[in-house]
Amino acid sequence: MRDVFTLSLIASTIRLATPLVLAALGGLFSERSGVINIALEGKMLAGAFTAAAVTYAADTKLGMGNASPWVGLLGGLVAGLFIAFIYAVSCIRFKADQVVSGAAINILMLGIPGFLSGAFFLSSGSTPQLPKDHLLPQSPVVIAITILILVALIWYVLYKTPFGLRLRSVGEKPEAADAAGVSVSKLRYSGVLLAGMLAGIGGAYLSIGQSSLFTRNMTAGRGFIALAALIFGKWRPVQTLLACLLFGFTEAVSIQMQGAVKLPSGEDIPVQFINMVPYVLTIVVLAGFIGSSRPPRALGVPYQKEK
Amino acid sequence: MLELREITKRFGDVLANDHVNIVVKPGTIHAIVGENGAGKSTAMRIAYGFYTADSGEILVDGQVREIRSPHDAIALGIGMVHQHFMLVETMTVAENIVLGAEPGSSFALDLKSAAAQIRQLSEEFKLAVNPNEPVEHLSVGQQQRVELLKALYRHAKLLILDEPTAVLTPLEVEEFFGILRRMRAQGKTVIIITHKLSEVLAISDEVTVMRDGKVVGGVQTKDTNAAELARMMVGREVLLRVEKPDADVGRAALEVRNLSVTTATGAKRVDNISFQVRTGEIVGIAGVEGNGQTELIEALAGLVEPAQITGEIIIDGKNINAVSARARRELGISHIPEDRHRRGLLLDFNLAENSILGVHYRPPITRLAGNVFLDDGAIRRRATEIIEAFDVRPRNAALPARSLSGGNQQKLIIGREYHVNPKVLLVSQPTRGVDIGAIEFIHRQLVKLRDQGCAILLVSAELEEVTSLSDRLLVVHDGKIAGEVDPKVATLEEIGLLMTRGH
Repeated sequence: MRDVFTLSLIASTIRLATPLVLAALGGLFSERSGVINIALEGKMLAGAFTAAAVTYAADTKLGMGNASPWVGLLGGLVAGLFIAFIYAVSCIRFKADQVVSGAAINILMLGIPGFLSGAFFLSSGSTPQLPKDHLLPQSPVVIAITILILVALIWYVLYKTPFGLRLRSVGEKPEAADAAGVSVSKLRYSGVLLAGMLAGIGGAYLSIGQSSLFTRNMTAGRGFIALAALIFGKWRPVQTLLACLLFGFTEAVSIQMQGAVKLPSGEDIPVQFINMVPYVLTIVVLAGFIGSSRPPRALGVPYQKEK
Repeated sequence: MLELREITKRFGDVLANDHVNIVVKPGTIHAIVGENGAGKSTAMRIAYGFYTADSGEILVDGQVREIRSPHDAIALGIGMVHQHFMLVETMTVAENIVLGAEPGSSFALDLKSAAAQIRQLSEEFKLAVNPNEPVEHLSVGQQQRVELLKALYRHAKLLILDEPTAVLTPLEVEEFFGILRRMRAQGKTVIIITHKLSEVLAISDEVTVMRDGKVVGGVQTKDTNAAELARMMVGREVLLRVEKPDADVGRAALEVRNLSVTTATGAKRVDNISFQVRTGEIVGIAGVEGNGQTELIEALAGLVEPAQITGEIIIDGKNINAVSARARRELGISHIPEDRHRRGLLLDFNLAENSILGVHYRPPITRLAGNVFLDDGAIRRRATEIIEAFDVRPRNAALPARSLSGGNQQKLIIGREYHVNPKVLLVSQPTRGVDIGAIEFIHRQLVKLRDQGCAILLVSAELEEVTSLSDRLLVVHDGKIAGEVDPKVATLEEIGLLMTRGH
């Protein structure tokens, strides 16, 4: 057991939590404005695939070398933004059911990267391997500082700026915001688009940070875990960060436990069981805390001006 | 100040505003009266930019203006306080007031200077609130003050108030009128939408009367009276007073002995109350809302956990403390709840389905071995009977309850409870949000039921209603009975004192 709890566990926790934090904070903007963000998963996948593909292209076709992962990151951001735009138009402009259109985007994003990678890279769902020195920085210290600055910034925006006040009011009671002269749809678009950007970056970090290529369905439910962290974190930035760290920690533990922890009989615990840990924790956390955590009151309800 | 010219607005098949013309002079309090659905709120929502008119013009200070959203209206100095408050409950008073018109730069929200400004406005208009309190902790009267401050903070010169007194107690109404007079004295213009004629006469300078989407008249308040206004609103003569013969009282049908009700959180809401209701009489309960009336009626109707009750509830000599709501109905107790949307109707179900609630589980509504299937024919027949006997409009049992006006929803509920021939009727706020025409009808039905020998317990926040309908009147304060008065001789002041001081 001592082999599991090491300094590298902390580093690994930070690394693994990063995509969750980015996606969950994105979801925070969207959900605080009243739009459910079940499509985080799809946005992360879009970000992950585009980031890997753009980085590869920038590296091999344009010869951008060390700058290529940053171009890829931008690509991931734009991809998340693009998907979020489609989602926003369907949910806000056309008042589609947010859960259904979110699920549609997730399903779409399971297929599209596979199709495009076939078209561009003649592969069955993956992008080509990137060289190790053309990836995003992975130093836990750098990442930790970046994340802390990001959380502080988001906290400030949400609670200390007029934009944040309006965003929160639109998620709580859009008719009150409307009566106060605030445009509900403009703020909801902002919330959903910010979510898309952050989830896109989160996805990019998966493919060109933690690994060196995009593989089919590489998010493996992280968008949903981010959503769970957001709920567990009561839709507040700092608590959401802590929740993401908890989920990242369990994932890190489950990786370190593989082969290190044995059953009393001396046999290895099957790896599938260990891999289950983060997901089981998600269920337990949601079952235990979802009731006590109060969502924004207008979450999931399209705003209809005239009855 | 504000002029609506030939405003027309259609919602689907309904012509909500039909060439409406209203002129509001600056520095006046202008009342717009009419029954529910007369188009008062629609016209004002158009002026505030919530709706856009299909045709017609809006003039502000003599100039034609385009008002496409509340944002435009606010810029023109128009503020509106809606019937259902437009406040974000989880946010503080200051946050609510500045929302959409925040002080400071767009990178930093300056709530401190906002709070100072709010305090200054509170002082000026005598609207005391604490800027840092979350709105969900405020009473309804305080929330209304926040709404007024919100408009004043935006430099509104014209305030539109939609049914502002509907949620206030009689004392709060007096206080509120004081605020309106102060605003007028400071040069503000006020439009007040209401259907309470006594208030129109008490507060306004001019009145516009609307009916069926049209303006049917405009008068100076000093030149008119309640009877004339009622006739214009309804389009026929209306009896404003209840006419009823003396009660023919029989034995005690409902008896309450030393009843106390404690909430789940341990607060004692009903405190050692005893009284009787005999057949053929209406016993009224007057009191400021929130003094235990809701809990009392719900305890009697079987909607409170028996463990939260001490004392005895007795029907025909039997203790029914532990009897379920359904079994109580079978004993002849009917309940017309205070909140028809919460307890009275399933809003998305149609009228036919709503008309059988409470008898839905037994013949003749069900058939085959007692209660396997619902009998559509029987349901339709029952619904039609109720709709016709109680003049529920529109006369279409297939419409969802949500689509009816408040008065018609209430008529449906009363008809439903009437239909089971109750021995004891518990009725709360029977005419809340109901038109004058329908109020008259509902009052007559209650008296008719009394004369058939039903024992009626009536709770109402409308003092006039409870004094004119009741044969005996109990005044409650803080969960206790503060006194019993004879409604024929007691004055409103006398009752008002008991309501507020409790002795």
